[in-house]
Amino acid sequence: MSRTIDRRTFLRGVAGGAAISVGLPLLDCFLNDSGTALAQGGPLPVRFGTWFWGCGMNPQRWIPTTVGPDYDLPPELASLADVKQYVNVLSGMNTILDGRPNYPHQTGIMTNITGTVPGADGEVSGTSLDVLISRAIGGGTRFRSIEMAATGRPTQTYSFESAGVANPSAVSPLDLYSRIFGAGFADPNDRDFMPDPRLVLRQSALSAIRDDAARLERRLGSHDRQRLDQYFTSLRQLEQQLELSLSGPPPLDACVRPPEPKGEDLGTDLPQTAKTHQMMTELLVFALLCDQTRVFNMLFSWSLSELRNPGADISHHQLTHDEGVDEELGYQPNATFFALASMEAWAGFVTRLASEPEGAGTLLDNCLVMAHSDSSFAKSHDVNLIPFMTAGSAGGRIRSGIHVAAPGDPTTRVGLTMQQVMGLPVSEFGTRSMLTSQPISEILT
Amino acid sequence: MVDERFATLSDLDLDLERITASRVADRPVKMRMQSKRNRTAALVLLFAWVLGCGGGSGGSATGPAPGGPADPPPGASPNTPPDLLADAPPVSPGPAAMRRLTEAQYRASVADVLGEDVEIGGRFEPDSRRDGLLAVGTSFVSVTPAGFEQYDAIARSVAEQALAPERRAALVACPPASVAAADDACASDFVRRYGRRLLRRSLADDEIARGVAVARETATALGDFYAGLEMALATLLLSPEFLFRVENSEPDPDHAGRQRFTSTAMASRLSYLLWNTAPDEDLLAAGERGDLVDDALLAAELDRLLDSPRLEDGVRVFFSDLYGFDQIRQGLVRKDATLFPAYSQALIEDAEEQTLRVVAEHLVTEDEDYRGLFTTRRSFMSRALGVVYRVPVVSGTGFEPYEFPAGSDRAGVLTHLSLLALYSHPGRSSPTLRGKFVREVLLCQDVPPPPGNIDFSMFDDPASGTRRTARDRLQAHNDNPACAGCHGLMDPIGLGLEKMDSMGASRETENGAAIDPSGQLNGVAFEDAIGLGEAMAADELVGPCFVRSFLRFAVGREVADGEGELLDYVNQRLGESGYRMRELIRLIVMSDAFRSTSGPRLAVEGEEAS
Repeated sequence: MSRTIDRRTFLRGVAGGAAISVGLPLLDCFLNDSGTALAQGGPLPVRFGTWFWGCGMNPQRWIPTTVGPDYDLPPELASLADVKQYVNVLSGMNTILDGRPNYPHQTGIMTNITGTVPGADGEVSGTSLDVLISRAIGGGTRFRSIEMAATGRPTQTYSFESAGVANPSAVSPLDLYSRIFGAGFADPNDRDFMPDPRLVLRQSALSAIRDDAARLERRLGSHDRQRLDQYFTSLRQLEQQLELSLSGPPPLDACVRPPEPKGEDLGTDLPQTAKTHQMMTELLVFALLCDQTRVFNMLFSWSLSELRNPGADISHHQLTHDEGVDEELGYQPNATFFALASMEAWAGFVTRLASEPEGAGTLLDNCLVMAHSDSSFAKSHDVNLIPFMTAGSAGGRIRSGIHVAAPGDPTTRVGLTMQQVMGLPVSEFGTRSMLTSQPISEILT
Repeated sequence: MVDERFATLSDLDLDLERITASRVADRPVKMRMQSKRNRTAALVLLFAWVLGCGGGSGGSATGPAPGGPADPPPGASPNTPPDLLADAPPVSPGPAAMRRLTEAQYRASVADVLGEDVEIGGRFEPDSRRDGLLAVGTSFVSVTPAGFEQYDAIARSVAEQALAPERRAALVACPPASVAAADDACASDFVRRYGRRLLRRSLADDEIARGVAVARETATALGDFYAGLEMALATLLLSPEFLFRVENSEPDPDHAGRQRFTSTAMASRLSYLLWNTAPDEDLLAAGERGDLVDDALLAAELDRLLDSPRLEDGVRVFFSDLYGFDQIRQGLVRKDATLFPAYSQALIEDAEEQTLRVVAEHLVTEDEDYRGLFTTRRSFMSRALGVVYRVPVVSGTGFEPYEFPAGSDRAGVLTHLSLLALYSHPGRSSPTLRGKFVREVLLCQDVPPPPGNIDFSMFDDPASGTRRTARDRLQAHNDNPACAGCHGLMDPIGLGLEKMDSMGASRETENGAAIDPSGQLNGVAFEDAIGLGEAMAADELVGPCFVRSFLRFAVGREVADGEGELLDYVNQRLGESGYRMRELIRLIVMSDAFRSTSGPRLAVEGEEAS
């Protein structure tokens, strides 16, 4: 294949905040006529992601008053003004406890992602939604999924292989860069692609581990056998990466290797978290354009949000509880500051994906991102009226720019919809009163 | 994995302040004690605490405090008698599970086997804390896809360094026939030797053959003998039997129906417990000879390990795990830069080192009573620490011994920067978090988790802006009987440390108001942090909690029902001899709790790992 076209594009933000430009015009000659597929015949990939923020919002200031297209933007959604045509707001849904306790900042999020209300404090109630989806669509890429947290804490993650195995979050943009674009990265547009002969040898060595370990498995009890099975699942993922690297990536005209991030710091004060989030978003954009993964999880703040203003001795989560509701305003001004900041970060995330051209449209057109939180009004740990949004149109599989109100329905309707849109052959999701077979049909095409 | 101790920290600080009486009645404070004798004590306490939780004034429920640290036992044996536990009660031990190497164990094992100068870069999959210990978490974690990638990258980097031209001669005993081709005989020697050290057992012939085949394939393809060894070594480092400690058991010929760990498994158990690294050649040889299932030979090997300076590594890791210091090393203990400009990662790492030095000197070098850790004025200072503690430090680099003078506001580990900063918020101190740490980690008592469905709106406190000290703020909640009870379990302990702020620096006032550092521990009133340390040293739960924690650390699981009497027995002996670390290690290691198992752990529904 011959690549002679000059590339120019805009990469923003990654290199220590300095603007850097790299060329990238749309390479139409590699696309089919409608711009929805690669000329070689493969459709552009559709990706699934989650975007999480902690400590919810104020329902009366967040839920649009009108439903359907062109919904209004209440104060806490004001930052979506420029992107609301890409965003669906899904409001009014509840976590139905069936008499189980509401474990603060845990019950809501666990139910969002597993469909099951946890029965004990600290319990992960099953495999999370993103993993269910990545098992179905994540097989063809180097990374089955990529988890990121802007909070600096790798243990903060809402991606669970199972109740016992959590996928840790990348917290350092530099580490994330190395993982995706470091030594193992094969540029899809490198026409001189030559597979490294060591890759075959490494594959062979991995299969030797598999041979040895079969004998080990027979000596183990059921608890350890399950853990060893997970080890092999992870080993297979590495084999798959090697396989993909060997065959050489398919040409992806939009793919470029971003510059390496520099001068990073980590922390939970708001300016730092916002910066980390922005840098990770930038890397994610290029990971998606280069088809390194089709599933991702971005955690802006975790459910006990530690966001804090520099110099303040109290965090977002503490504020939601300690601060009184201002009688005149009708809400907690200081806690709400962080809810607004979270929505600004979300709007920034959507804007970035929507501004990146891919095929005939944008990267966001080929994504489905589910944004959600652990509660609505965090002061009372309310797990009713949990806020959900989606962004992107999943390659034309869903409509966007719509507010759907589903008062009293289980939040699992969102999870079911996400799975069905991503092509999973499932007709229901959730357990007990959270079991549903009703996707949110208003947004389906 | 969500780190459980820290997952609930920030919520607890708030939620327990508003706990409701009815919910607390449903969820009484659990005492982690099992023997009959201790159950009685537990019931007494439990009764008092439920009263306390219900809003009563609690009162003194504990008996008179025992005397301070005991004198060294006269004639304490320098060696482990093979019949050390001859009169110990029988034990029904718990299940066995493979344990993933912690990051520290991985690093130490590689350094010991392949060389100290091999650098290990990259971020490890986080260790997971379970039931308060990373050591217990190791029996439950697996390897995620992201974690496997990391292990792979680290293994290749380690192998490359270990076999770099300047290091090969030290590692590879045989000169290969040609550096540009495979040499099965030499590769076989290499795989046999390093396979044994890394997997902590001799490899079977077919395992060696597979390793040699890996080396041959790469050496032939790349025309490089050492590239072949590199691949074989990286493969060993990715083996599940390197990454996990798989400890086999066998029927115990001396006790029908009993499973004991094999002698080879005992080598790993001993080494990782006492030295936090892979067994050395002598220990591995003793294991493979069958020595370590023999009382006398095990005792002799134990004494060798106890006499080594490396014992300090094991003891430091135990305390680091117990205290939650992994948070420090991961850079997760952060302070607001505006409020605490003197705070830095280097400072908190120095603070961790200070505490671990004090622990090691007190327990290993001096062989002193564990309970003295709460009152000792002996310490160590670095230049950076001296600035915050406001004491002169002569040395420009490193640490120097320092003794807090009589009358100082500091004594004992609870007044160390490390623990004070760790159990605080980024912006302010927290009597609740500090008290919870003491209750749960040092006294082995469960504090009820925050209940669900609390409506915090009812606790709007219009006066909150005028409450200047932590005591004032907590008092607002204590005025509400629904809150007071359970906060009474934690806050009166933590308030004793309030003259030390979020980063551990001394202060007399908060927001301009004088701080009152008085408090109470299990019915014993104290005036300040010094008094708290003295109350801790005298508290009857402190020693038994130390024993219980160490057993859990040693076996990587919760204490089994059939081990309660052993704990009583150990406590009785240590109560007489003075809770010395080496003696505790001897009693645990020689016991059937450490040497035998009920069998492999069975999977629990809902915890499937795939």
